[in-house]
Amino acid sequence: MRYTSCGLWAAKFEASMNKFLNPKLFDKDVEQIPTRNGYGEGVVELGEKNKDVVVLTGDLKESTRVEEFAKRFPERFIECGVAEQNMMGIAAGLAAAGKIPFVSSYAVFSPGRSWDQLRVSVCYSNLNVNIVGAHTGVSVGPDGVTHQALEDIAITRVLPNMTVVVPCDAIQAKKATQAIAGIPGPCYLRLTREPTSVITALDSFFEIGKAQILAEYGQDAAIVACGPLVYQSLVAAKELEKEGVGVIVVNNHTIKPMDVGMIMKVARNCGVVVTVEEHQVMGGMGSAVAEVLAKNYPVPMEMIGMQDCFGESGQPEELLEKYGMSVAAIKKAVKNVIKRKVPS
Amino acid sequence: MTDEQIKKLEEKANEIRQDIIKMLLAAGSGHSAGPLGMADVFTALYFGQVLKYDPENPWVEDRDRIILSNGHICPVWYATLAHAGFFPHEELLTLRKLNGRLQGHPHYRELPGVENTGGPLGQGLSQAIGHVLAGRMDASTSSAQVPKFRVYCLMSDAELQEGQNWEAIMFAGKNNLHNLTAIIDRNNIQIDGFTEDVMPLENLVNKFTAFNWSVIEINGHDMAEIVAAIGKAKSIFENPTVIIAHTIPGKGVDFMQWKPEWHGKPPKADEAKNALHQLRTLGGKIRSEHE
Repeated sequence: MRYTSCGLWAAKFEASMNKFLNPKLFDKDVEQIPTRNGYGEGVVELGEKNKDVVVLTGDLKESTRVEEFAKRFPERFIECGVAEQNMMGIAAGLAAAGKIPFVSSYAVFSPGRSWDQLRVSVCYSNLNVNIVGAHTGVSVGPDGVTHQALEDIAITRVLPNMTVVVPCDAIQAKKATQAIAGIPGPCYLRLTREPTSVITALDSFFEIGKAQILAEYGQDAAIVACGPLVYQSLVAAKELEKEGVGVIVVNNHTIKPMDVGMIMKVARNCGVVVTVEEHQVMGGMGSAVAEVLAKNYPVPMEMIGMQDCFGESGQPEELLEKYGMSVAAIKKAVKNVIKRKVPS
Repeated sequence: MTDEQIKKLEEKANEIRQDIIKMLLAAGSGHSAGPLGMADVFTALYFGQVLKYDPENPWVEDRDRIILSNGHICPVWYATLAHAGFFPHEELLTLRKLNGRLQGHPHYRELPGVENTGGPLGQGLSQAIGHVLAGRMDASTSSAQVPKFRVYCLMSDAELQEGQNWEAIMFAGKNNLHNLTAIIDRNNIQIDGFTEDVMPLENLVNKFTAFNWSVIEINGHDMAEIVAAIGKAKSIFENPTVIIAHTIPGKGVDFMQWKPEWHGKPPKADEAKNALHQLRTLGGKIRSEHE
C-alpha cells in the first residue's frame, strides 16, 4: 500500500524525534536565536582551531556577528569599509595564498554587489572563499526591499564550483560555518537577521549535501524546505496531521550540491512535493528541486517563496503572511498539490 | 646595470614581441597593442634580476607574486613565462585553442606561473592586496617579522575607470602596504579611443598621492629606468608604490603604435609578416638573417 495511515507514521516520528530536534520545538517558549549568531560563534571556534581562518567585513562587524572574532584575533580580522567588490577580491588573494577567508556582509551587498568578483576572482579559480550573506529574506523586515536579499541563492548556485548552504537555525548555522571551512572550493552561507526558532538539537547530525527528514507524519506529500521556514513547515505538518494529512518534512539545507537521493526518495514515496524558501521562486531552492525531479522523477510541485515580486517594509511575521510564506500558506499548498497527485 | 646587461634585456624583449605576433596570428584573435607595449616591463621583471621565482617550483611559498589585472594582455605574460622556463616555448602557439592551457584571459594556476584569474577589469589590485595581507599575517608569526615576498600588480591605465580599483587603492593606502607595487601601463588608449577622450584619468600622480601612495613615473621602454624604479619601490617602507610606466601601445610595430584600433585585434598574415620584419630588423636598422 502506498499511503500509510497518519497515526502510525506520527508515532514513529514522535519516537525518533528527539534524536534530531529540539525537544521544546513546539512549545510556546521555544528559544529564538538569529542564524547569524550561530555563524559568529562558529567562526570564533574555527579561529581558535585554525590560524589560517581570516574574517573580512565591509563596515558590518556587529550585525554580521564577527565582532568577537575581531576582538580575539585582530591580526586576522580585515575591515574593508563599505567596499564589497574590493573585499571579495582581497578574499580571493588571501585564499590563493593559503588562507581561509570568511567574507561577512549583508547578502544584498555580498554576493549582490560583488558577484562579478565572486564569479571571476573566486569561483573560476575555485578558491576556498566562504561568503557569508546575512539579512536574507523578507523577514529582514522594516529596512525594506533594498536590504531583503531574495535572489542570493539563484546567483550563487548558478556559479560552477560553488557550494550553497542555508542552515535552518542558529545551531545548524554554527555547524555549517565549521563545515564550509573544510571544503576546498567557494561556499555561500545564507543567514538571517531575525531571531528564529531553534529547530535542531545541539548534538544532531549535520553534513553538507545530506538533507534531513525532520518529520514523517505520512506520505501524502513531501515538504522540502530550507532556512528558518523549516520551522513553519514543521508546524504546518503537525497541524495537517490533525486534519488527516500526513506529510514528510525535509530540511534541504544544502542547495548545491543537492542531495538528489533524498529528493528522489521523498518524491517517489509521496508523489507530490511542496518547496518552501524565503527567496524568489525563480532560480531558488525550489527551482533546484524542480531541476532534479524534472530530470529524474517528475511529480506535481508547488513552490512557496517570493512570487516574482519585491517585498516592502513591515514586521517579519506580517511580511511572511502577506507574501505567502506562512504556516497557512504552506498548508494550503500541500492540500492543493495533493489534489494534483497522479493516481498510481 | 651595464650597457651589456641592458642590451641583453632589449634583445629578450624583442624576442618576446616576435612571439606575441606569432601567437596572435596563430590564435586569429586577441589583443596586440597592450602586449607589445608592456614587453619591456615584463622582460625587466623576469630577466632583470627583479623577481624572486623558480620555474621548476612555480608555487614555492616565498616567490614574488605577479598579479595581472588587465588579463587581456596575457600574450606578453605567457611569452615571458615561456622564455623564463615555466613551460615549453612551443606551447605558445596554442594560445586560445581548445584543450589548451593558454586561455584567452589568464586562469589561476592553469599554467605554471599564472598567479591569478583576470579579465574583467579592475579585479587584480584587490587580489594582490589579498596576497600582501596573507604575507603580512605569516610574517607576524615568524621570527623575521618581514613578509617573505613582494607583490606586483600589473594594470592598464583605462581600467582605473573601474570603481573597484579606487576601493583597493584606498585600502592599500590606509594599511601602508609597502610590499605592494602597482605598475600601470600608461599607454593612453582603450577600445573606444584615447583615455583622456573616453574618460579622463589625469591627474594620476595627484590622485595616487592623495590616497597615500608613493608615485614613480618612468619611461616604460627604458630597461634601466624600469629596473631602477622597482628597486626604489622596494626601498619605500612608508606606503605602497605605484610605478606609472609611460608606454607606446603597439611598441615596435609602426602601423600599430599609438592606434586605439589595435587594442583588441590580432594581425592578419601580411601584417604579421610586416611586423616580424620590423622587429627582426629593429625597424630597418639591421638586416635580418630570416630575410
